Amino acid sequence: MMTKEAVLDQTPGVRRRASMPLGVSPVVAIVAVLAAAIAALPLLYLLIQASSRGLDTVVEEIWQRRTFDLVLRSLSLAFVVTALSLVVGVCSAFFIVRTNLPGYRIFAVALVLPLAMPSYVAAYAWISWVPSLAGFWGAVLVLTSISFPFVFLPVAASLRRIDARQEDVARSLGLTSRHVAFRLTLRQIRPAATAGALMVGLYALSDFGAVATMRFESFTWVIFGAYRAGFNPTRAAILSLALVAISIIFVWLELVVRGDGRAAKVGAGVSRAPNRLKLGPSRFPAAALLSVVVVVTLAIPFVLVLRWFFEAADSGIDSGEIFGAMRQTVFVSFLATVGAVFFAVPAAVLAARVKARWAQSTERTVFVIHALPGIVIGLAVVYLGIRLVPSMYQRLPMLIFAYVVLFMSLAVGSVRASVEISPVALEDSAQSLGLSRFAVFRKMTLPLARPGIMAGAALVFLTVMKELPATILLRPTGMDTLATELWNRTSVADYAAASPYALVLILVAAVPAALLTFTRETR
Amino acid sequence: MPNICWLSEVTMKIAVNEAPSIRSRRGRLLIVATVALALGLIAGACGSSSTSNEEGSLTVYSGRSESLVASLYEMFTAETGIAIEARYGDSGELGAQIITEGSASPADVFFSQDAGALGAVSAAGRFSELPSSILDQVPSQFSATNGTWVGVSGRVRVIAYDNVKVTNPPTSIDDLLDPKWKGQIGYAPTNASWQSFVTGLRVLRGEDGAEQWLRAFAANQPKAYEKNGAVLDGIAKGEVQLGLVNHYYLNERIKAKGAENVKISNQYIGNGDPGGLVNVAGVGILSSSKHKTSAQKFVEFLLSPTAQQYFADKTFEFALVSGVTASDPTQPTLASLQSPAIDLSDLASLEQTQELLQKVGLLTK
Repeated sequence: MMTKEAVLDQTPGVRRRASMPLGVSPVVAIVAVLAAAIAALPLLYLLIQASSRGLDTVVEEIWQRRTFDLVLRSLSLAFVVTALSLVVGVCSAFFIVRTNLPGYRIFAVALVLPLAMPSYVAAYAWISWVPSLAGFWGAVLVLTSISFPFVFLPVAASLRRIDARQEDVARSLGLTSRHVAFRLTLRQIRPAATAGALMVGLYALSDFGAVATMRFESFTWVIFGAYRAGFNPTRAAILSLALVAISIIFVWLELVVRGDGRAAKVGAGVSRAPNRLKLGPSRFPAAALLSVVVVVTLAIPFVLVLRWFFEAADSGIDSGEIFGAMRQTVFVSFLATVGAVFFAVPAAVLAARVKARWAQSTERTVFVIHALPGIVIGLAVVYLGIRLVPSMYQRLPMLIFAYVVLFMSLAVGSVRASVEISPVALEDSAQSLGLSRFAVFRKMTLPLARPGIMAGAALVFLTVMKELPATILLRPTGMDTLATELWNRTSVADYAAASPYALVLILVAAVPAALLTFTRETR
Repeated sequence: MPNICWLSEVTMKIAVNEAPSIRSRRGRLLIVATVALALGLIAGACGSSSTSNEEGSLTVYSGRSESLVASLYEMFTAETGIAIEARYGDSGELGAQIITEGSASPADVFFSQDAGALGAVSAAGRFSELPSSILDQVPSQFSATNGTWVGVSGRVRVIAYDNVKVTNPPTSIDDLLDPKWKGQIGYAPTNASWQSFVTGLRVLRGEDGAEQWLRAFAANQPKAYEKNGAVLDGIAKGEVQLGLVNHYYLNERIKAKGAENVKISNQYIGNGDPGGLVNVAGVGILSSSKHKTSAQKFVEFLLSPTAQQYFADKTFEFALVSGVTASDPTQPTLASLQSPAIDLSDLASLEQTQELLQKVGLLTK
């Protein structure tokens, strides 16, 4: 028994020397801390706003049955969506990377594309087709459809990285195939799966589009209601803080469940790509199962949007306006992506390289506000922005800043995973050969982490494209994105008039989504 | 913010000058990113600064959507020479934004889809009082009790019905509770006008009376739709026979599909029944506005015969200033409707309405 454990734990490569003062360049550390500070800014607003009517109001608001029910409802939604995403994401990743499933290359792309679907569009498509879906299960359906790629992508990537020699060794030591699967393979994908699960859980907590359309009373529904119907920013802030508390638990849980992932960390050496498991006749039902996933998560909502589009095509479509909105959307999304990656990379590198508690907390802070809905972050930037930098209010830089606050956490996860698998030994030796720590970061860490950076950038890009509430609050007057134009039309007419924008939005967002598949593929 | 503009320009110049000397792909990528960021800053911080603070230009936070009012704003500019910078959004969110912005708000005018958001901004002390020359043009029930906002156009709740299958449409909301309508009524639970009807019900019948009606209504298994437009679709498809909607959805449908293709009629509910509630879109001037004279001209314009006629004919609403009637002779006049006498300032308690709707199971699932 001891020997087997030892094999599983083997880490060819070098562990960090305990005596290193700080594993990264001070510049990296400073930008990382700055990133955490920026991410924590909305909390400042929430604290000011929540306490504006005294502590009694806070206690009264939190300490009531309704709030407790709300916590339960949102937690069960997040839990079910996360569990389903784990099952769907891990299973489909396994089929695509480790078996000879027919058409696995096509599936690899099709299973990422749901990311391009805005939740409000998917939800509206479903409910207009099957009105009885309204409620908990409708919200689960839409949120799982859109967010399971958060699990699928990193798990598929980590399955591809697995060195089959390790499995050979484990087998030669007498482990059965089932043991290998559970004690080696599952363990190796665990960090990727939990990181993905965290993103799914936080997304399920923060989303408004799906729960609003499905009429499921979650935290975000009530927070929006507190603004829209109650005009009670204090109440919204108190509830938002409760949501932050839940997300702190999620973020902490992920740290605990993730494990150290050491079994996945294999240094240089002769490795072997894993064999594809030969599925016998069972590969056809397996392919059918994956086809069902693709049909439900992607094809059905997309076909419904297409149907509206052809209805609208009869009454004429202003392609000039659509093209203008598309250019504008791509432009702001690009700027936001550059900004988000600029802050996310140092935060991720710091967390991957420095195991000290302060470094880990710095990275974790970035995730904590990710459970907040866009309207809260948007109003936080409104509140602080108009008071601190009034000249930038409702100008492009402040909008970009809001996007960075909202979405930099999306890039942190994949960059961190990428940095963690690149050997520390290389960086150490480069430094011992006389490179400065910043030069090591620039010349070694960054290039090695490029797949992760590209993936993170693609994820931020397509998410910014779909963002609506903060965009409406902070965009420069007269700036129209695809999402705002889409909203503009759905608020008066039906979805037919809005469908050209929805279609273009989905198609343009599909480009970075597809790119995600290929950056992982080239690993 | 000249220093930031200057900084961005310098950054960009350096980046562009340095670009040719950089060989590596990564280096060039970095340059492209830097240039883009600098360009963005220039466009955002410097480019628009020359246009946005123009003398006399008016910033309108518009809860009414672009497709409904953009041409009206253009008419105002053509008439007065005052440019309008409209920021479109959800009325409730724009109200929250104005309250969050505080006295530094760039908004001069808030044009809201409904009275609730106006009431909230007013309660936050962010409106200045309107002159009586403006307030007096509109019946007092359609403007703020404290004179901080004024209604400019009205829409009325109706029962839309399938005019082939239904020969005797209900004439009061209590008729809707008849078992013969079981499963035959469509409504849009998240729609703001439906919710203000329920608020009106609470005002007119008290909390208990409202809850009683809502429970009986829920027991009659009404069908929930996403939007008012979808309710009419449901009637057209035969899924339901009645729909609780605003009056103008029928006009829009007739305009889009042609009168001969629409087999739906509106039943107006009179006798002060809560079902005939009139909602208004209204406008207020921000106390922090630096363009109060222009803002007042804008409010006066919205009450002028031109704009009132626009509401009556283009958005199919009711003009609130007397003497303006729709060109369409089939459209009833506001005075003939016998709508319930509710002061719209009383309709602010929307959150309690939503709680009640949740309690009786008519809002969320």
